[in-house]
Amino acid sequence: MSLAGFRGRGGALLALLFAVLILAPHFINDYLLTVLIIILYFAYAGQAWNIMMGFAGQLSLGHAIYVGLGAYTAATLYVHFGIGPWIGLLVAIPVAMACGAIIGFLAFRFGVAGVYFAILTIAFAEFARIGFDHIAYTGGSAGLFLPVAQYTHNDLWNLRGKPIMFYYVMLAFTAAAFLLCRYLLRSRMGYFWQAIREDEEAARALGIDTFRYKMFAVVISAGMTAVAGVFFAFYYNNLFPEQVFHISRSIELILAPIIGGIGTLFGPVLGAFVLTGLSEAMTELLHMLGIDVPGAKQVFYGVCLLVVVLALPDGIWPWLARRLGLGRT
Amino acid sequence: MNASLTRRHMLAGSAAVLAAPGIVRAQGAPLKVGVLLPRSGYQASIGQDCFRGVEIAGPILKDIGLPELQIMNADTETNVEVARARAEKLIADGAQLLIGAFDSGQSTAIAQVAEQKGIPYVINIAAAPPITEQGYKFVFRNFPTAPMILNDAFINQKEIFAATGGAPKSVVFMHVNDTFGTAMAGGIGGVMPKHNMPYTIKETIPYDPTARDLSVEIAKAKAAGADALLVVSRINDAILLTREMVKQRWTPQGVLSMGPGWYEDQYLKTLGKLADGPLSFVPWYDPNKKLSKVLEGALTKKYPEINLNTNHVYTFEALLVAADAYKRAGSADPKALADVIRKTNITDNVSPGPGIQFDAKGQNDKLRLSAIQNRDGKTPTVAPQAAANAKAEWPMKPYDKRS
Amino acid sequence: MPLDIYLNVAVSGLLTGLVYGLMALGLSVIFGVVRVVNFAHGEMMTIAMYLAIVAFQAFRLDPLVMMVPIAGVLFALGYVMQAGLINPFIDRPEHAQFMLLVAIAIIFVNVLLLVFGPDARSVQTSYAFDSFAFGRVIVDATKVYAGLAAIVVAAALFSFFRFSDTGKAIRACADNYTGALVVGLNVKHLYALTFGLGAACVGAAGSMLTLIIDVTPPLGPQYTLLAFVIVITGGLGSMPGALLGGVLIGVTEALAGLLFAPSAKSMFAFAILVLVLLFRPQGILGKRAS
Repeated sequence: MSLAGFRGRGGALLALLFAVLILAPHFINDYLLTVLIIILYFAYAGQAWNIMMGFAGQLSLGHAIYVGLGAYTAATLYVHFGIGPWIGLLVAIPVAMACGAIIGFLAFRFGVAGVYFAILTIAFAEFARIGFDHIAYTGGSAGLFLPVAQYTHNDLWNLRGKPIMFYYVMLAFTAAAFLLCRYLLRSRMGYFWQAIREDEEAARALGIDTFRYKMFAVVISAGMTAVAGVFFAFYYNNLFPEQVFHISRSIELILAPIIGGIGTLFGPVLGAFVLTGLSEAMTELLHMLGIDVPGAKQVFYGVCLLVVVLALPDGIWPWLARRLGLGRT
Repeated sequence: MNASLTRRHMLAGSAAVLAAPGIVRAQGAPLKVGVLLPRSGYQASIGQDCFRGVEIAGPILKDIGLPELQIMNADTETNVEVARARAEKLIADGAQLLIGAFDSGQSTAIAQVAEQKGIPYVINIAAAPPITEQGYKFVFRNFPTAPMILNDAFINQKEIFAATGGAPKSVVFMHVNDTFGTAMAGGIGGVMPKHNMPYTIKETIPYDPTARDLSVEIAKAKAAGADALLVVSRINDAILLTREMVKQRWTPQGVLSMGPGWYEDQYLKTLGKLADGPLSFVPWYDPNKKLSKVLEGALTKKYPEINLNTNHVYTFEALLVAADAYKRAGSADPKALADVIRKTNITDNVSPGPGIQFDAKGQNDKLRLSAIQNRDGKTPTVAPQAAANAKAEWPMKPYDKRS
Repeated sequence: MPLDIYLNVAVSGLLTGLVYGLMALGLSVIFGVVRVVNFAHGEMMTIAMYLAIVAFQAFRLDPLVMMVPIAGVLFALGYVMQAGLINPFIDRPEHAQFMLLVAIAIIFVNVLLLVFGPDARSVQTSYAFDSFAFGRVIVDATKVYAGLAAIVVAAALFSFFRFSDTGKAIRACADNYTGALVVGLNVKHLYALTFGLGAACVGAAGSMLTLIIDVTPPLGPQYTLLAFVIVITGGLGSMPGALLGGVLIGVTEALAGLLFAPSAKSMFAFAILVLVLLFRPQGILGKRAS
C-alpha cells in the first residue's frame, strides 16, 4: 500500500488536521469537545480493529471483549488496589493480548475462517458478558463504579480531571495508533498481512507463515483495543457487563472503519468523523425542525449508512483520496 | 446584584461559540430544565413512560403557584456515551438544571458532567448507591437506593403479615440478573437479618434478563417447596413468570415483588384476572396526599388507559424540586439553585413520607416506600398504614380457581 | 429433584427448540444457498411478530392461522430485499454484507419503534394458559401447537426443495453456481426466491412465537444470534440440521438452567457453538464444504 500521500498535498493536509485537533479545545464549547472525544475514541478503536480486519483480513465481530477486558482490568486494579490507570494499562494490555491469542490460536489452528471466525468472536464476547455478570469481585451485573475523587484539577496520573485532559490523552492515543499502523503497514509484516488478506493459500504457498502473522495481527489488535477500554473506564467511571461486552458495542466499533475504508490508514479516522458527526448533526437537525420523535434519528442514520454502503463499497476514504489526488493510503 | 453577575459572566466567555452555562436571568423567565431520558433503545418503554410525567407537570406546577419551567428534551438512546454528550449539549444550550435519566449508568455519566459544570442535577430514578457517594455538591436524588427499598419492603411485609394474620415460613427468591436485581440480591444479606422476618429464603434463583423462556426457573422454584415467592423482576419477566406459574399449576401463598413489573399496566391488561394478588414493595405515591390526586387526575385526563406509577411520580417530583428551588432561590444561578435545593423541604408532594428533603450527600433518605396490591386492574396501597387506601389480602387466590 | 421436573423441562425445551429451529431454518436456507450472512434475520422475525399482533387485534385471527399470510408477506419482503439490495453484495466480502444488513436492521428496528411505540405487545389467545397433562408431565398447550406447526412448515419446505423443480434448481445453484449458470438457470431470480423462502420461514416462526413471548422493537438481535448458533451447530445448509440444532439448544439451555444457575444458561449454548466451530465446523448434520 503506497504511502506517497504523506508527502506533498497529503502531508500538508495531515499536518493541518493535526494542528486543528490540537488547537480545537480552545475554540469550541464542552459539548463539541465531548463529541470530539467520542470521535477520537472510535477512530482509535477503529484503527485497532482495522489491523485485524483491514490488514490481516480477519472479521472480528466481538471486539468489545478486548475493550471490556481492558476496562475491567484497569478499573478493578483502581477500585480494589488504588493502582492508577497507566500501571493498569500495563496489566490490561497483556490480559487482552492473551485473550486474543487464545481466540486466534483456536480459530487458526482449527481452520475457522470468514463468517465462522466472526461468529466465534461473537461467541467469546457473549461468554465474557455473561461471565462478568456473575463475577461479584468486579461488581457483577450491578456494575463497577470508579470513585470520582475530584474533577477540578487535572490529575494525569490517575486520569481524574476535566474533559480537556481526556481529550488530549485520546488525541495522543489516536496519533500514536496512526503512526503505529503506518509503521506496521510499511514493515515486512505489513506486506505479509496484505498477501494473506488477498489470498491466504497463495501466501502460504510462497512460504509465509500465515498462522504466525495472523496471530500477530490478532494480538496487536487486541492489545491496542484494550487501551481504549482503559480510557473508557476512567472517562465514564462506570462499567456494566451488559453494556460493555454487548454485541451492539462491537458493532459500534466497526462501523467507522468499514464506512471509512477498510485496510486504509485514514479510513477509521474519517469514518469516525463522518459517522459521529452525522449522528450529532441529525439530532440537531431534528431538534431544530421541532421533531421530537424517538427513533427518527436512527432511521435517518440507518438510511445514510445504507446509501454509503451501496454507493461506496470500499468506504469513503478511497473515494475521497482519489478525488483529492492523494494516492492510496 | 443580578446585573453585575450577568456582566461578569458575559466577560468570562470570549469566543462566540463558548457557551456560558447558567447565565443569570431576571426572575420571571422560565427556568431552563434539561430532561434526559432513554426514549429510544432498550429502555425506550420506560423512558417514554417517564416522559408522561414531564408532559403533565406544567399546569400542575402553575396551579400551586410555582414558576414556569422551559423543558429541553434529550434522548439518551439508552447509551452512556450519548447520555454524556446530550448532557453537555443541553448545558451548552443554556440548561440551568438537569433531570433524568432512569438508568444508573447513564445517570452516573450525567452526574459527572453536571458536577464539573456546576449545574444542579436532580435524578428521577436510579437505585445504585454509588451515585450519591461521590461527594458531589450538585447531584440530588429523590429516589430510594437499593438498601432503602429492601429496608422498607421488609417493614411493610411485616405490617401486612400482622394485619392479615398470615405469613409464609419460607420463600424462594428469584431475581433478574441485571443491575437492579443484582444490587437488590446483594443487599438482602445485609438488610434482612435486621428485621427478623418470619420466613427464610429456601433457594435463590437468578435468571437472565433477556430470557425468552422462564419455565425452567419456575420449575425450580416450584420444586423448592417454599410457601411464597419473593421476587425482583422487570415487566417482561413478571408476565413470563406468572404465565409459567399458571401453566405449571403452582400458586404460591403470595408474590412479594420488590421491583417493577408486577403492578404495571401491561401486566394487569395482559393477565386480567390472573394478575390479582401480587404485592409490590415499590417507590410509589401516597394516594391520600392532595397533590397525588391532582397528578392522577391530570394523567387520566391525558392518558385514560394508563395508571399512575413510579415513572410518572418521580419524574414529576424532580420537576417539582426544580420549580420549588427556582422560586426560593429567586435566581437561576446554578450555585444558588444547588444551595437552595439542598435545603428543600416540600411537604405538599406526591411520594410517601414526610416530604422531599435531601441529606448532605444529596440523597432523600426520608422517602418511604409503599406496598401495593393488584386488585381488579388497579393497584391500591395496602401499607404503610399512613399512606394506605386499602387492606391487604393474604394468601393469594389459586390461579386455577380464577375464572 | 424428581424425575418429572427434568422431563417437564426437557419436553418444554424440545418444543420451544422446534420453533427456534424453524426460525433458524430460514437462515440456514439463506446462508446455505445465497451465502449471504443475514444479520437482519431477527429484525425480520420481529416484523412478522408485529404483523401477527396487528392481525390479531384487528381481525381476531389466531396467529397460527395467520401464519400463512404473514409468511407470504415476509416472502415478498425477502424477495424484494434480495433482488433489490442484496444481490450485488453476494460476491463482496463478508464485512460489506454485514454492513448492509446492519444498516437495514437499524432501519427496521427504529421504524418499528416509530410505528408501534416501545411498549411490549402480545396476543392473548383463549388457549394461552392451557396445558396438557400426561401423567406427571405437564406440557404447555401453546408450545405444543407451535412445535407441531414448526414441524409441518419444515416438512413443507423440505419437500419443496426435494421434490419440486424450482427446489431442485435452487439446490443446484447452491451446489454449483457456475454449473447452474451454464445450464441456463436464472440464478438471480432463484436467489431472490430463496431469500424469500427463508424470510417466509422466519415469518411463520415469528407468527408462532407471538404465542410464547412478547414483542418489543429491539427484540431482533438476540434472535439473530440464536439463529446463528443453531444453524452452525445443526449444520449449515441442512434443514433437518436446523431443527435438530434448535432442539439441541432448546433442551441444553433448559437443562443447564435447571442444573446450574439459570442466569448463566446461555453460556452453554455458546460453549456448544465454540466446540462445534472448532471440532466440527460443518455442524452435526452438515456436509463438509467442498
